Amino acid sequence: MSRPEEQVILAEHPVPEAPPEERDEARLARRERLRLLARSKTFLAGVFLFGVFVFCAIFGPAVVPYDPFGAPTDLLDKLQPPSTEHLFGTDQLGRDVFSRVVVGARDILAVSVAATLLGVVLGAALGLVTGYFRGVIDEVLMRIVDAFLAVPLVILATVALVALGPSKGTLIVVIGIVFAPIIARTVRAAVLSERELEYVEAARLRNERAPYIMFAEILPNVTAPIVVEFTVRLGYAIFAIATLTFLGFGVQPPSPDWGLQIKENYVILNGGYWWPTLFPALAIALLVVSINLIADGLTRVVEA
Amino acid sequence: MILFAAAQLLPGDVGRAILGPFAAQEAVDQLNEELGTNRSFVVQYGDWIGGVLQGDLGDSYAFNRPVAELLWPALRNSAKLALLALLIVVPVSVVGGVAAALKEGRTRDRIISLGGLSATAIPEFVWAVLGIMVFGIWLDALPVTAQAPSGSGFLTEVKYLLLPALCLVFVLFGYIARMARAGTIEALHADYTRTAVLKGLPRRTVIRRHVLRNSLLPTIAVVATQVGYLFGGLVAIELIFNYNGIGQLIYRAAQRQDFPLLLSASLVVGVVFLVATLIADVLYSLLNPRIRLSSES
Repeated sequence: MSRPEEQVILAEHPVPEAPPEERDEARLARRERLRLLARSKTFLAGVFLFGVFVFCAIFGPAVVPYDPFGAPTDLLDKLQPPSTEHLFGTDQLGRDVFSRVVVGARDILAVSVAATLLGVVLGAALGLVTGYFRGVIDEVLMRIVDAFLAVPLVILATVALVALGPSKGTLIVVIGIVFAPIIARTVRAAVLSERELEYVEAARLRNERAPYIMFAEILPNVTAPIVVEFTVRLGYAIFAIATLTFLGFGVQPPSPDWGLQIKENYVILNGGYWWPTLFPALAIALLVVSINLIADGLTRVVEA
Repeated sequence: MILFAAAQLLPGDVGRAILGPFAAQEAVDQLNEELGTNRSFVVQYGDWIGGVLQGDLGDSYAFNRPVAELLWPALRNSAKLALLALLIVVPVSVVGGVAAALKEGRTRDRIISLGGLSATAIPEFVWAVLGIMVFGIWLDALPVTAQAPSGSGFLTEVKYLLLPALCLVFVLFGYIARMARAGTIEALHADYTRTAVLKGLPRRTVIRRHVLRNSLLPTIAVVATQVGYLFGGLVAIELIFNYNGIGQLIYRAAQRQDFPLLLSASLVVGVVFLVATLIADVLYSLLNPRIRLSSES
């Protein structure tokens, strides 16, 4: 805690023409943040868990013991309880649940990361423009955010997906576009306080153009809130995409997506077949928890 | 007074601005405009869909009558479920949030905060299938459908609704507890709290009379915003528990591409959200003497 404060005090001393020191100071601040992050057990746990899922998503198809899409080798193998042969048992079609859970990380991660990235890029641009110029665009954007927030995300996305036809592409675009104004609001708030600072005024007095000031001067200084917003939104994206997929409006079969697996198997819970539902459900739970641990760690460090 | 007025005008922290711990008149203005934008958004949407379907907007409005007959009973059922969830979640999460705030940064705070965060982040349908497994099948304690047999008494109905409501409780707990915690921490750090402590008031009195009175106000606003999320969550919950509410109606409408029904149901959800926000605003200003005064002056 004490170190960053000292730096702030140092920075407040008027040191004429000291760019190397300023650079050092920025580097030190960044290192301090990383050090704080590395000390947070929950953050590291989140990163580790998330890393496991990313590994599954990338290398899953290569390492799983059975074909996750595969036609059943033996129909007698269907709905086998967990055993050493099938770690998580088999589903109604005799497919290995473990293999499907591992490979199932791929679609949800790819779609949610792509959707969140789209939302962050659009939202950051919107937030910079509206925060910098304010005025009418600002008002209009904020009303759009309000309207979006009035209808729950899942329902809004359902309407859009039914209208446009469910596919991974539509899913990404719909979630990205719904997120954009919400992210824009966060970025806007950060920009509003940045734009009053002296370096922005200096740039303005140097006669820099508005796009240059927005993207080259302000943007690097609001990356911290943008990164935090990205991780927080990623959690929401997974929440929404898993729910939509479960409802049948998201990722489509034969993908081994977790939401789909639960959709296909929750009806036979009553028959005592818990394993094809439990393991994908735990996978979703662990994935969102890992992202929330990361987001929590980042928020604490950025706000500290 | 001047300071407070200034605080109302400052844009401030985003999360708080959404949840509306600021001025009531500002929020009401916003709400009016929100209603306008919201309506025009949906009307535009309906216009487009109507164009796609039959090239005429008037006809899609003609579907409204049968839609209404479906809509109202469903809304009533959903309201029951939502109300039960709120009745459970509000006291639990407020107590949780305050308990966390009183031990800020300690283990109890971390457990409640992270647990709430995780519970909130896990989709309702995941809670639902886990809940069915644990309570419905392994413990065999609760029914796995939400629809009580017709003609059953109030308590039986509650018993049937308990499991689906609990799933919603898990998801809502985090948001409300976080807000209660943030409000309490802010009040604990306020000057008036220090004054009360230095006056020598017992800790219990300080917390009850000075901290909680100030900290729980913003929580009212969060509960209202959560009503929106609540209805979003109802879609999956009502499907899993086979409950004839608005969520299931939306699901069926979406599945059969019944746009008039889908759009009107979504619109109703939007209106419910707005009404909840409005009620929260009114409650908030009634309970907060500062706002009452400032709107009179």
